Amino acid sequence: MMITILLGTLVVIRLMSVSQMASVLSGEDEDVAQKRDNSMNSIGMVLFMVIGLALMVYMTIKYQPFMLPVAASVHGVETDFLLNINFAVIGIVFFITQIMLFWFVYKYQHDKNRRALFYPDNHKLELIWTVVPTIVLSALIVTGLREWNKMTQGHPDDGMVVQVYGYQFNWMARYSGPDNKLGRSYYKLISDTNPLGIDYSDPASKDDIMTKSNEMHLPKGVPIQFVFNSRDVIHSAYFPHFRTQMNCVPGMDTRFYMEATITTKEMKGITKNEKFDYVLLCNKICGVAHYNMKMTVVVDEPSEFSNWLKGEKKVIDAAPTAELEQNISTASTVSHEVAL
Amino acid sequence: MEVRDNTHSGHAVAHDVHDHGHDDHHHDHHQTFITKYIFSTDHKMISKQFLVTAILMAFLAMGMSMIFRLQLAWPDETFPFLESMIGKWGKDGKLDSGFYLALVTIHGTIMVFMVLTGGLSGTFSNLLIPLQVGARDMASGMLNMLSFWFFAASSLVMFGSLFIEAGPASGGWTVYPPLSALPQAIPGSGLGMTLWLVSMVLFIVSALLGGINYVATVINLRTKGMSMTRLPLTVWAFLITAILGILSFPVLVAAALLLVFDRSMGTSFYLSDIFIGNVPLDHTGGSPILYQHLFWFLGHPEVYIVLLPALGLASEVISTMARKPIFGYKAMIGSMLVIAFLSFIVLGHHMFVTGMNPFLGSVFVFTTLLVAIPSAVKVFNYIATLWKANIVLSPAMLFAIGLVSFFITGGLTGIILGDSALDINLHDTYFVVAHFHIVMGSSAIFGMFAGVYHWFPRMYGRMMNKSLGYLHFWITIICVYGVFFPMHFIGLAGVPRRYYANTAYEGFDQLININELISVFAIIAGVAQVIFAFNFFYSIYRGRKAPQNPWNSNTLEWTAPVEHVHGNWPGPIPEVHRWPYDYSKPNAKEDFIPQTVPYSQTPESNRPGDF
Ligand code: HEM
Ligand SMILES: [Cu+2]
Ligand SMILES: [Cu+2]
Repeated sequence: MMITILLGTLVVIRLMSVSQMASVLSGEDEDVAQKRDNSMNSIGMVLFMVIGLALMVYMTIKYQPFMLPVAASVHGVETDFLLNINFAVIGIVFFITQIMLFWFVYKYQHDKNRRALFYPDNHKLELIWTVVPTIVLSALIVTGLREWNKMTQGHPDDGMVVQVYGYQFNWMARYSGPDNKLGRSYYKLISDTNPLGIDYSDPASKDDIMTKSNEMHLPKGVPIQFVFNSRDVIHSAYFPHFRTQMNCVPGMDTRFYMEATITTKEMKGITKNEKFDYVLLCNKICGVAHYNMKMTVVVDEPSEFSNWLKGEKKVIDAAPTAELEQNISTASTVSHEVAL
Repeated sequence: MEVRDNTHSGHAVAHDVHDHGHDDHHHDHHQTFITKYIFSTDHKMISKQFLVTAILMAFLAMGMSMIFRLQLAWPDETFPFLESMIGKWGKDGKLDSGFYLALVTIHGTIMVFMVLTGGLSGTFSNLLIPLQVGARDMASGMLNMLSFWFFAASSLVMFGSLFIEAGPASGGWTVYPPLSALPQAIPGSGLGMTLWLVSMVLFIVSALLGGINYVATVINLRTKGMSMTRLPLTVWAFLITAILGILSFPVLVAAALLLVFDRSMGTSFYLSDIFIGNVPLDHTGGSPILYQHLFWFLGHPEVYIVLLPALGLASEVISTMARKPIFGYKAMIGSMLVIAFLSFIVLGHHMFVTGMNPFLGSVFVFTTLLVAIPSAVKVFNYIATLWKANIVLSPAMLFAIGLVSFFITGGLTGIILGDSALDINLHDTYFVVAHFHIVMGSSAIFGMFAGVYHWFPRMYGRMMNKSLGYLHFWITIICVYGVFFPMHFIGLAGVPRRYYANTAYEGFDQLININELISVFAIIAGVAQVIFAFNFFYSIYRGRKAPQNPWNSNTLEWTAPVEHVHGNWPGPIPEVHRWPYDYSKPNAKEDFIPQTVPYSQTPESNRPGDF
């Protein structure tokens, strides 16, 4: 590093004296751009634009296989479509404006014998380029918001309730069981055997099921009502393949509704990658091992899913009896605290 | 002719008041080294102090980014020099994962606040407001001096926080609680975070002192004839920026203060129901999301506090070097005002995935996309200014054009991020990193470079070497696009930001080549800045002597003598007779008519609307 800097400085000093010498020789005594500078740099501008735009197109094509595969959720398919429309629109604007910008710099380079056009304004033009972007943007907003409303509202309440719970630096998932209701939980009840702080006195907790390994399963084609929560700092539950994420905030439940459409097995085929797995990543800086906070997500056919769920333990079964009593008594003392 | 006396109250304390009573003389009073270079109240000197401090801080922050780019591109290599450089954080040549976050945090904070807010506004508002409105100095030289010294103290505290045992603040430049509130959560949230907060409060004091001064100067100290609609766009930009800062920075103080209470006095503004380090905490009833609302109430205006001065500088440079009036002067002012207003009501676009009410989210989508309209107008106006122009490509002009290019690229991806339905997938990924580095970081830095190259003659009375300027520009623009453009792809591949390594998911393995490419560009870009630093410091002492008006510009600063005098103009302050953009006026003798030339002297070129 030091050496690079040193070398760089040396090179610069050399260049410096060369350039000064050159300008002295050519009888040019000011550091103001001369004809030669204008033409060299404006050619540079055009080259930069042409090569730059070409490289952008090239990269976009070349990196396609690295991008996320097809969206594996109902809303994800629609938002991907929207994203592509947006890219098309901004891509067109991008090309037009960048080309004009760099081309004008080349085309209108300085000429002593010419005057620029004195053209301070033109209200009609200004009106046009205020109104046209407004219309285009309105169209984008309307389609975007329609999608947003669809995915955040108006879905049936019967989605399967699943809790995703973040803590430094891992994830847990809890399934609500046959009653489709999560039992109450309270952070002061957290213990080694009750990592979610579940209040066992709540009948709704009796059938709750917790994943035992660092893996959660989801049934394909079943609407899921996610409830997110955190124990310590803010995390963010990011499911890149389902095109969604939601912050996990201590002291507050956040929710998201979605439906997976492609099983893990099918996705292995689509991506031609035997090792493919869905993943849940933490996407909000949460501490030194933030980058390592993940959970494997497996999407099953509904029947496989129920089989898997049967093999997982009820939370209440995991608790030793002594602790169970302790829990219930603490829960009753704090219950009015919770109610607050 | 009206002569305004606006010398500095602060100075008068140190010197004989009579010294300053008459501005009509070039007063060469005896200043000591201390009053001239250190506790100076002269806006030109303070401007240079801001600039040099910002350059030093920028090199520091850039050095940090090079270290973490090494980690991202070559996660399996060891770099023995790291251990000698950063000691225990680089043990055996491996960067520590906690220190990675510390570097990211301090890098972001320094770049956003010290370089692009303090450095940019501090340098150019100070240099140009008095010189371009025709004032002898800032409204209050004393406050101005304090503004710099609070800034310096703030920078020093931030720098000092790098050397403490537990490491500096590491919760990201937005320092969201609870992470930033609990030392149990991350070591940097101990003393490091305290120092971060102290530094920020000092910084805000500096920004407010400066801002009040800028506003007062623009409102009160304009020379005769300098109506608001004859102000150069630079001054308009600085004025609006200062107002934005005055309105939004206090909210950050409030946010920081509540955080201090939560950290040290057991209050629960931002904390609730936390179980950490195997114990439940007593905090209850607070909301971490409250902090985010407060933070982004500053945070979004902040991005315009960074950007508007850069756009102002670019407007001036582009018009001057294109030898053509800026297209749509009034529309430029109007769009800045609209942007400034809207910037207070878009903060929610940083919070679409915090569980905010979806309807509220929709409102923020709407306001966010509204901001894109005045932004688009500005871009079109720049392009229209170049159309049929007569463009002189000075290094400053190249950087100004680079700014417009970045503003387009980054502004367009903002449209995607502003769409909540799309943002839930892209939020906090590298796509966002690409977006704001291009639109805010690179645009503003390019604006700053344009400003330095263009006004260096006015600052130091010498020219910067143009060939080195060109070299610097070309390497920098290629590398900046090379660094930030590919990040869009990494973001679209689903990689979260602030990851020390992309090992969590095997799908990310294939991105390593892109990361290497980025890091190579980043390192070249970093080294290229040495060219700039060399040119800058070398030219201060050895550059060619600057002529009075090297770019044939219209604005007032070029009528002041090259050798700095206290009070800017040795004689009376010049009077202004026209707007600043009479370039290439038909039938005029030359292709520029300075603001000081009355219409009575230019009958050949006057137009019907001119009076
Ligand atoms: C053209 C209009 C713009 C739109 C529509 C827009 C939109 C957005 C949105 C929606 C986000 C949040 C993305 C996310 O976190 O998921 C964002 C982030 C950001 N934008 Fe922009 N933006 C625009 C222009 C700008 C400008 C001009 C600047 C700077 C001068 C800027 C600086 C930033 C920064 C710093 C962030 C990152 C904040 C963070 O750390 O989370 N944006 N922008
Ligand atoms: Cu996390
Ligand atoms: Cu914003």
